[in-house]
Amino acid sequence: MVKILMKSIREYKVPSIVTPLFMCGEVSMETMMPFIMAKLIDELEKNNLKLVLSYGGILIFIAFLSLFFGTMAAKTAATASCGFAKNLRHDLFHKVMDFSFSDVDLFSPSSLVTRLTTDVSNLQNAYAMIIRMAVRVPLMFLFSIIMGCVINWKLTLIFVAIVPLLGGAILLIITNAHKIFKRIFKKYDALNNSVQENVSAIRVVKGFVREDYEMSKFHDRSADVRDDFIRAEKLIALFSPVMMFFMNVGMLLICYFGAKLIITGTGNAFYVGKVFSTGELSSLTNYGVQILSALMMLGFAFIMITMASEAGNRVVEVLKYEPTLTGEPNGLTVVPDGRIQFKNVSFKYSDSAARNSLEKINLNIESGKTIGIIGGTGSSKTTLIQLISRLYDATEGEVLVGGHNVKAYDLKSLRDQVAVVLQKNILFAGTIKENMRWGNKEATDEEIVEACKAACADEFVSNFPDGYDTYIEQGGTNVSGGQKQRLCIARALLKKPKILILDDSTSAVDTRTDAMIRNSFKKAIPGTTKIIIAQRVSSVEDADEIIVLDGGKIVERGTSKELIAQKGIYAEIYETQTKGKEE
Amino acid sequence: MPGPRQLGPRPKLKKGIFGRLIKTIFGYYPVHLIVVAVCLLISAVSSISMSVFMQRLIDDCIMPGLTEGWEAVAAKVLGTIAVLAGIYGIGVLCSFIYTRIMAIVCQGTLKRFRDSMFDKMQTLPIKYFDTHAHGDIMSTYTNDADAVRQIIGQSMPSLFSSVISIFGLAVVMLSYSLWLFLLVMVALFIIGKAGAHFGGKSGKYMVGRQKSLAKEEGFIEEMMTGLKVVKVFTHEQEAKDDFDKLNEQLFDDSMLADKNGNVLGPITNNVGNIFYVVLAVFGSVLYSLGAVNVCLRGVEPLSLGMVVTFLGMFRHLSQMVGQISQQITMVMMGLAGASRIFDLIDEMPEEDNGYCELVNVKRGENGELIETTEKTNLWAWKHPHKEAGTVTYTELKGEIELENVDFGYVPEKLVLEDVSLHAKAGEKFAFVGATGAGKTTITNLINRFYDIPDGKIRFDGININKIKKPDLRRSLGLVLQDVNLFTGTVMENIRYGRLDATDEECIEAAKLANADDFITRLPEGYNTMLTGNGASLSQGQRQLLSIARAAVANTPAMILDEATSSIDTRTEALVQNGMDRLMEGRTVFVIAHRLSTVRNAKSIIVLDHGHIIERGNHDDLIAQKGVYYRLYTGAFEMD
Repeated sequence: MVKILMKSIREYKVPSIVTPLFMCGEVSMETMMPFIMAKLIDELEKNNLKLVLSYGGILIFIAFLSLFFGTMAAKTAATASCGFAKNLRHDLFHKVMDFSFSDVDLFSPSSLVTRLTTDVSNLQNAYAMIIRMAVRVPLMFLFSIIMGCVINWKLTLIFVAIVPLLGGAILLIITNAHKIFKRIFKKYDALNNSVQENVSAIRVVKGFVREDYEMSKFHDRSADVRDDFIRAEKLIALFSPVMMFFMNVGMLLICYFGAKLIITGTGNAFYVGKVFSTGELSSLTNYGVQILSALMMLGFAFIMITMASEAGNRVVEVLKYEPTLTGEPNGLTVVPDGRIQFKNVSFKYSDSAARNSLEKINLNIESGKTIGIIGGTGSSKTTLIQLISRLYDATEGEVLVGGHNVKAYDLKSLRDQVAVVLQKNILFAGTIKENMRWGNKEATDEEIVEACKAACADEFVSNFPDGYDTYIEQGGTNVSGGQKQRLCIARALLKKPKILILDDSTSAVDTRTDAMIRNSFKKAIPGTTKIIIAQRVSSVEDADEIIVLDGGKIVERGTSKELIAQKGIYAEIYETQTKGKEE
Repeated sequence: MPGPRQLGPRPKLKKGIFGRLIKTIFGYYPVHLIVVAVCLLISAVSSISMSVFMQRLIDDCIMPGLTEGWEAVAAKVLGTIAVLAGIYGIGVLCSFIYTRIMAIVCQGTLKRFRDSMFDKMQTLPIKYFDTHAHGDIMSTYTNDADAVRQIIGQSMPSLFSSVISIFGLAVVMLSYSLWLFLLVMVALFIIGKAGAHFGGKSGKYMVGRQKSLAKEEGFIEEMMTGLKVVKVFTHEQEAKDDFDKLNEQLFDDSMLADKNGNVLGPITNNVGNIFYVVLAVFGSVLYSLGAVNVCLRGVEPLSLGMVVTFLGMFRHLSQMVGQISQQITMVMMGLAGASRIFDLIDEMPEEDNGYCELVNVKRGENGELIETTEKTNLWAWKHPHKEAGTVTYTELKGEIELENVDFGYVPEKLVLEDVSLHAKAGEKFAFVGATGAGKTTITNLINRFYDIPDGKIRFDGININKIKKPDLRRSLGLVLQDVNLFTGTVMENIRYGRLDATDEECIEAAKLANADDFITRLPEGYNTMLTGNGASLSQGQRQLLSIARAAVANTPAMILDEATSSIDTRTEALVQNGMDRLMEGRTVFVIAHRLSTVRNAKSIIVLDHGHIIERGNHDDLIAQKGVYYRLYTGAFEMD
């Protein structure tokens, strides 16, 4: 996991390495300080102003060095951690953009959002802490022990003896807390999920007057989250009293033995004959505090790292994932014409799926034809057309566009020339023009108007006060369902595709407009192969060929007239929809 | 639909947020907080007293011990240390108590914040959700709540105990020497200045950073939900480029915020260290000169021991100041979060001045309606008349009347103009018209998702503005074009229509909607878990569930807004039977593009740009040879 994450450091390697070095400098200065302060105090007590001044000078020099190292480290650490996060976000986003439809299905959009936002933030914090603490804390620990030993190794042993005790206590707390934290994150996700659900389903909630029901459901969940969090935080809360306890025990022991040492004048182990002084006693207590607080910082760091490791796992899952569908690097860039062939194509969404969604499909569609697809709910109409622009790969058999296997094409070129208007389509936040330019970046205003006219959208767009500069809200909430569908069609038309696929894209458009759109297709894009999935017979009635799907198989095909004569499914649908029209 | 989205820059920090936050938490946990404050006080005092005891140890024990020998002072040393141990013990105990209590206070407060936000959210008008990005609302529950957790759980106790310690130390320092204390004040002033400078800068960039973060997260959310569209339009490269721009901006802002925040620590620490030396030198000079030392107790000579102790206290003090400076950025972020949370909580709820209630009634001997607590299947509107002081009961039938209704989502632009209609109980009304003609708007007004001025819409003869909103909506079934399902089993989703429905009733409703067939073929039938808005189902299947859900509700009136648009016509024909039974005896408003669905309506209303242009039953309208006729036959003739 760490190895993969580290790949995102890249150009921020220098600050990432320099930061710990600066930290080394700062820590050495910091650990030196109590030692010299002790000297200064000893001289002070002797009222030796000259030596006080010179020790003071050294101290100030050290302080400036420490200030220098500290501020440098602060700056490089900021650069390193923000840079790491930037690269990580970049890597994730670019990776996800290369995901295929089935990869998106696998991860689900909402979980991808969490991974790109919250998880990255957690990792960024952890990274900032690691580069600042990873060197600092162990060094502080080590230096403090060394300096302590220099002053008096016997007394320092007291702290060294306490270290494993405190360390053990911290470890015990962390392992227990980690267990709870793991559980919490799941519950917390569920809690946020229910907020999201309520935000988007607010009309249903209000329509069924379920506000109170939702509230009490939410209150239970949030109480559950609270209780677990309290449990975990109570454990973490033990940190500071435990730490204080051990620190105080250490202090008391040092005070006692220190006092004894000073009075009995047993002297210092390293400098035999030198007497242990009160200044040294006070600086030794300082080192004691540093040793134990280094240990405690280590504990906090551990908690942060264990918390971030969950996030890390989820991020790495994305980074490591190999998109299941990649284009041929030097593939064909031109789709010669709008021919479509299916040769013995079968498809299932996942290997574990019990049955095929498409079963042995054979199709041959000539360029420029209009094909209607009709079939029951769940009959795999959408699945069928998604194979044409290679949104999914066929499990068996092959799909040919313009005479070549879709896998032979450069993916972008293929999709640029095979335009799909999805059933669940969306517009993006931005003006209508901006949305239209998704179809063709270089489209002129005239071309946009042209496309909108062909999709029967120009009429209502030009009625908006701001016309084509009307701002579309995220998800297109400020236009009606039918308007949205027409804008989506216009957007697809701007691609000037060889093949245009409408997946139930006019369901919210009234029949009259629907007919007008199809009419204008005939004039505007006569050479384009048009595939229309529809519920309404009227939408496909005039197609050159109609394909009826049932349970993933083609059960009927032919023109409307032929199919009516067959008296099969199509005839039945036709009957129900046109019943009484001739009355 | 209306208005521009109110995203833009995050609101600037308003004044009084800190006070309100404290007041709110104190309101939730007054006793807890008092205990915490006392504990913090004691533990702060206990840590200050350490330096004092060190001095006593030196002056009273060690110094005499040097001349009198260890045995003479051993008992005294032990005694002093025992007292110190006692004080430490109390300190540790207090710290143990307050950290545990704070865990409760912190998480409890967060829970209450979340609950009040959620509760408030449920009462907000639909308009709020139209005008706020969903990602923005979500981030209040995640990012902002998290920021508040930090401020309550970490910053506040730390600030409180630091401030107490500083005051305590200041008092003790004053009792040693006024001159040295004044020097300390100078040091504090410099540290404060530096803190204000860098903290202010960091705060400024922090606002920018939060803004960039919100922008980038909004972009990510939009691109992830629209990922399939991005792929279809091969817009990956453009999306990547746009993202990189936002990402670069976020990097710049957050780096500046972090840099300025990070340097605070080294600066405060080292200014402290430098002044340590200055104090030492100044102290020894004062001593050598034998200067008059003014302190709290009056004028006392300055001893070197006093200077040493003073230095110890100063070190402690500068550590405390360092602690405060490290909390500043977190406090800023926490307050920004709190301010957004309060904004949501303060949002104006949907107005409801209704006073007519839906009550269970039974028939009296003379056929009059008598209110009862029994579960009868008879409902009535309880309508109190204030002036007359009487109460009348009107039977719930589902009669709906609109009279000259005008409405616009924004005042400048009317979506409906002068719409009048009268649907008697049990009648089926169909709305037909081009997209954007105002069909959905009419239904939005009937269940009061949007409000119109008084008296224009009546339900069972009662002005709907007088009816309590929940009761009004309870009597209206709703099937919307955009289906929303909840995380839970299929059964739970159907039961959403009526919470006390039995399993049998739910299955019955599913059969009515023709959903039983596909449900029983799901891996676990009615107990199949649905997640992500029923992602595993097809559009049509989700609509069937939504119809079943409305069927369970068993309301006298129903609104079907494109309820079957994604269901293929064959399945629809099968559903139709059930739908007919479902609609039987209910007042139904149907919106559909498929004219086959609306043919048998009692009255078909043709809307155009918010006006009713034709009305009548199918045969009438066909005979009129107007717009409906053209629409109806148009599908065939236009091509």
